[in-house]
Amino acid sequence: MTVQNTITTHGKGEAMPSGSHILEVKEAYKAFGGLLAVNKVSFDINPGEIVAVIGPNGSGKTTLFNLIGGFLPLSRGEIWFEGRNLKGRAPHRIASLGIARTFQLLQLFTNMSIVENVMVGRHLRSKAGMLDTAFRLPHTRAEERNIFEAAMSKLAMVGLRKEEAFNPPLSLPYGKQKLLEIARALATEPKLLLMDEPAGGISTHEIEELAQLIYLIRDSGITVLLVEHRMELAMGVADRVIVLNFGEKIAEGTPAEVQTNEQVIAAYLGEEF
Amino acid sequence: MWRVSRTNYTRYGVIALFVIAIAAMPLVTDSRYYLTIGNFIGIYAIVAMGLALLIGYAGQVSMAQAAFFGIGAYTSAVLTTKLGFNPWLALVLGPLLAASIAGIIGIPLLKLEGHVLAVATLALSIVIYTLFVQLWPITGGYDGIGEIPRLAIGGFVFKSDFSYYYLIWAFVLIIFVLSSNIINSRVGRALRSIHRFFGGSETAAESLGVSPTKYKVQVFMLSAAWASIAGSLYAHWITFINPEPFGIFISILMLIIVTIGGMGSLWGAIIGSCVIIISGELFRELVPRLIPGASGEMEMIAYGLILILILLFMPRGLVSAPALFKGWAAKITGRARRPETAS
Repeated sequence: MTVQNTITTHGKGEAMPSGSHILEVKEAYKAFGGLLAVNKVSFDINPGEIVAVIGPNGSGKTTLFNLIGGFLPLSRGEIWFEGRNLKGRAPHRIASLGIARTFQLLQLFTNMSIVENVMVGRHLRSKAGMLDTAFRLPHTRAEERNIFEAAMSKLAMVGLRKEEAFNPPLSLPYGKQKLLEIARALATEPKLLLMDEPAGGISTHEIEELAQLIYLIRDSGITVLLVEHRMELAMGVADRVIVLNFGEKIAEGTPAEVQTNEQVIAAYLGEEF
Repeated sequence: MWRVSRTNYTRYGVIALFVIAIAAMPLVTDSRYYLTIGNFIGIYAIVAMGLALLIGYAGQVSMAQAAFFGIGAYTSAVLTTKLGFNPWLALVLGPLLAASIAGIIGIPLLKLEGHVLAVATLALSIVIYTLFVQLWPITGGYDGIGEIPRLAIGGFVFKSDFSYYYLIWAFVLIIFVLSSNIINSRVGRALRSIHRFFGGSETAAESLGVSPTKYKVQVFMLSAAWASIAGSLYAHWITFINPEPFGIFISILMLIIVTIGGMGSLWGAIIGSCVIIISGELFRELVPRLIPGASGEMEMIAYGLILILILLFMPRGLVSAPALFKGWAAKITGRARRPETAS
């Protein structure tokens, strides 16, 4: 039996989704040829929540993220963000609505310094165009300074040292590179942060710090949706857990509810919680 | 590339030295021949800087830079000789026209993946060249347009090669400064972030709200504008133009200049332009002396040889030479020192 944490909708019409959820995924399908990577997955995210999507490798977690971010088109179904249908919107438009993400395989800009990586994250929060920047007018210089300072404060927030700010990103150890990606995403000042396997490849000690950072992000008013393979983080940090297996949602509920779910145990057979 | 808002005195030192060297050249020699070469280097460097930005920052190749160069030259020539426009006004209108054409073909094409722009600009280059030839009531066909007025500031008319040398290199400096301002800014970061071959990630850039198409189109438009300014300077300097210098060969030459100089480097564009023009002249002089009866376009052999050697030994172009030499020096001294420390 599926554990469902039903959230009461506010009795509004079918066409207009209720405004209380920040994200609504409605019967999302994604097929790659004959393979159903995401099969009729529905869930809602409330503002201020930390929700983890878990599941074995190949269960469709990252595909789901790519659908939300607009990096892949839905085969069927709908995704709504703050009452807006995301259908047909390019990834950079979706980002401008307030969704930021990190990547499972790091996508740092290796042709820039650490702080410049985060400065790209300020793109949506600044305006200077080609002519402004070519002539470097006073307002453009002031904006550039603000971009730099905001970027430095995001580096501080994730715990990266300001002495390292001008070094290339690959000079950082792997765990810190992951933090840099988080800082870069936070620089966009998102409403919803999608984190793709933030704990992948990092030490148990770093996971502890990561959990604290996720709480800090949530407390700053950002809703967090994370995809996670490692149970200790997902179960420890999440308010709610959604379990995928072979592209289908097999369970949803609090960490405690999900851990006792038979289907979930079957899917993870052999793995310890 | 790693610095942001850190004052770099070496960089300013190099720029100052370069400016002094360029400014002193005509004072050392008063040969018209050297001035002409200097002027061509400056003009090509302006075109090449635009192309270097396009290749190095948007990862796109254009085969139409000579066509945009020609658009600038013809806009200046037609507007000043037939419609009596002020040459400076023509010099501003040319880039607007060139950038508009670049925008119109760039917007649909740069949404697509791969090297569609290279192919499309190849076609554009042929179309524009044909227009220069065929629209003879306006362009004068193969006969071209003569008696193009000179540029002037107040009462001072830029007449001699000497005065044009300083005018052209002043433009090189201005374009260099404007371009490097763009690179070290919000727009430059957006451009670097989408450059997949040089360490960018289009996916990550999009996730941060950067529209790859928008910035690819913009830098393509900028490269067209720079080429057009060079074309206007050329027209007012030579005072006669015909379609010949705006054909596909010059577009290819621009690609060679950027490749040997170092893609994505403004310095590379200037250095590449020096090397290509000087070596072309040397070959034209030397080869007929060594091989009696040899004539024609011997500089082509030089371009080919240089390109091959650079691609083999300095794939990042001549601008990477200092770092490369440092590496070699470290290797050699390292080898030399090891026995000493052992003894």
